[in-house]
Amino acid sequence: MKHDLIIKICMGTGGIASGGLDVMHAFRNQLGKKSIKADIKKHCSMHKVGCRGLCAKDVLVDIILNNVKTTYQFIKPYMVERIIEEHFINGNPVLEWVVSEDYHQFHDNQIKVVLSDCGIIDPEEIEAYINAGGYDALRQVMLTMSPGETIETIKKSGLRGRGGAGFPTGLKWEFCSKETSAQKYIICNADEGDPGAFMDRSVIEGNPHAVIEGMIIGAYSIGADNGYVYIRAEYPLAVERLRKALQQARKHKFLGKKILGKEFNFDIKVKLGAGAFVCGEETALIASIEGYRGMPKAKPPFPVYKGLWSKPTVINNVETLANIPYILRNGAEWYASFGTEKSKGTKVFALTGKIRNSGLIEVPMGIPLREIIYDIGGGIENDMAFKAVQTGGPSGGCIPAKLLDIKVDYESLASVGSIVGSGGMVVLDENDCMVNITKFFLQFTQSESCGKCTPCRIGTKRLLEILERISSGNGRDGDIKLLEDLSHDIKATSLCGLGQTAPNPILSTIKYFRDEYEAHIKEKKCPAGVCKDLLSYIILDQFCKGCGACKRVCPAGAISGERKAVHKIDTQTCVKCGACIESCKFKAIRKG
Amino acid sequence: MEKILNKLYTNYKKDAGNIISLLQDIQNEFGYIPEDAIYWFSGRLDIPASRFFGIATFYAQFHLAPRGKNIITTCCGTACHVKGSERLINGLMKELDLPEGETTTGDREFTVEKVNCVGACSIAPVVIINDKVHGKSSTDNLMKAIRKLKEKEN
Repeated sequence: MKHDLIIKICMGTGGIASGGLDVMHAFRNQLGKKSIKADIKKHCSMHKVGCRGLCAKDVLVDIILNNVKTTYQFIKPYMVERIIEEHFINGNPVLEWVVSEDYHQFHDNQIKVVLSDCGIIDPEEIEAYINAGGYDALRQVMLTMSPGETIETIKKSGLRGRGGAGFPTGLKWEFCSKETSAQKYIICNADEGDPGAFMDRSVIEGNPHAVIEGMIIGAYSIGADNGYVYIRAEYPLAVERLRKALQQARKHKFLGKKILGKEFNFDIKVKLGAGAFVCGEETALIASIEGYRGMPKAKPPFPVYKGLWSKPTVINNVETLANIPYILRNGAEWYASFGTEKSKGTKVFALTGKIRNSGLIEVPMGIPLREIIYDIGGGIENDMAFKAVQTGGPSGGCIPAKLLDIKVDYESLASVGSIVGSGGMVVLDENDCMVNITKFFLQFTQSESCGKCTPCRIGTKRLLEILERISSGNGRDGDIKLLEDLSHDIKATSLCGLGQTAPNPILSTIKYFRDEYEAHIKEKKCPAGVCKDLLSYIILDQFCKGCGACKRVCPAGAISGERKAVHKIDTQTCVKCGACIESCKFKAIRKG
Repeated sequence: MEKILNKLYTNYKKDAGNIISLLQDIQNEFGYIPEDAIYWFSGRLDIPASRFFGIATFYAQFHLAPRGKNIITTCCGTACHVKGSERLINGLMKELDLPEGETTTGDREFTVEKVNCVGACSIAPVVIINDKVHGKSSTDNLMKAIRKLKEKEN
């Protein structure tokens, strides 16, 4: 059935949080009214779609009227009536609500493989995926290719694990396929624990079938008949869509017994994570699925030889698996044509922080960082100065402004002390304190350390203590050296990736922002004005109008002054919450 | 309680579950994990209670104390951190009169929890109030939402 009018509403976690459901109801209500002509109703279809990346502009609505697409941004329910009136009935889009130039700039500079169907197809309908070519790759693999040929194609494509470590996917599959065992497993790692990363959530919310198809192909290649998706319980919408998609796939006989009439049985179970960052580590994840505390084990033996319940197991990340169908559909050469010599293909990044176009992006490996920040990201929010970009989350590092022209791929980022990681990119501006950010990451790794090995359990605690004393103005001479020494020891001796990478934020910030550490330690100053203990708030006499707004909001009663006279802050009672600065309309309060 | 535990026990046997899924089921039923439930299952399954406690205290998702009627989850991810989540949390604790280290108000109306990252970084800072995600939160609109919930109770 052909529809002349298609409405697509962004309905990922971001879209729903911004009121996507209300907008959808508004469309339904308004279109249901009697005054709307029957032929519009008849030719109209409405779909929810997954994340298209630019969540900062949600709710985004696509209207496709007679094959012409118009995209609206920041849509609220009250706007719907006018859109229907002017656009649907009179054929004139409401220009003032249409997306601006930066929306196109954001998308035009990307190359989408994994995300090519996200935000376009309805993630809750298997037919939408099939109509877009979905499950063709599975058919092609199972009817025309042997497991060995499939693995060879993936190897040729150069695809490397997108979870962070970057191990070649084809090679992993090959190792496992050569194991002789009556039982093998494939696990999809959707325990996206890095703070500041949401690639996997968006892929599962936007196109869950691509992940499922990738898993089935993987299982066929290595000879597994059971699969698990280990997914964070903090992602309720992704879990719901994944479960729905699994049911649909079973109904269409892509999962179950004798898939596509072949002697191949495979099914997938969903396992909910219970909130432990360390479970992103392969052996800890396996322990968690088995029902134990998620503590890592020493490798080797690697999971491909001895994994879940001691059987050969392949663990792939969500994005890695979602790439598989597209690679097989378009060919290994096509995929390998993107990217660099050693890092092939595209990578999805979560671009967040102090960036104008915050959202989910997909770019070819090797793209200069500057292009990501300025061409796609549109530059820094509020025209502040760029300071650094933090990549790879708590395991990664900060890249300073002078390295903006660096290429974004596994090798280049590693060469400057950071990592690609799972793909989080948090942009920091001049108002961010690097010591504070580092302390934030160490708080995270310290509390998420599982406690099994001593260097990580005690070492991260000591690192955090030193950072805390530096940021509270009690830093000592030699603290920087101590941080560095301790960091190297922890990296060298920790059992798993968590401990081995936990000191990275420290080492990279000391390398590029040593002067900030020195200012905290020697001058007892926080140059960015973030570390509370090193700040004091003062009212500038010449700007204060004596309106009393600050006095009213001060929770500590630290501000005094008569009406229409200059106010004063008592630094002894001040709790440095910053409420006064927010309340002052005359910019009369300064911290320093 | 006995009846619910028996039901969970049957499900556990049927689905060949493990301790984690069992604890998740217990928490779904009671909102937290009552100590009695652990001892009940420990005896029934002949698994030492220490293993249950070991797992329940390892994973952040499990709660061993009852929680409030309204659950407010504040995201402490990197993007939320640089966009000022700390100030939001401080304001929240003050509004609810929660001392440092406490998470649930005395009348068990509110529980404030911190979570590592909810993966909605583009709309940071994020606060989840009773399962509804609120993006681009400010102290102002957060306080309004809390006061509204308080009024509802009175």
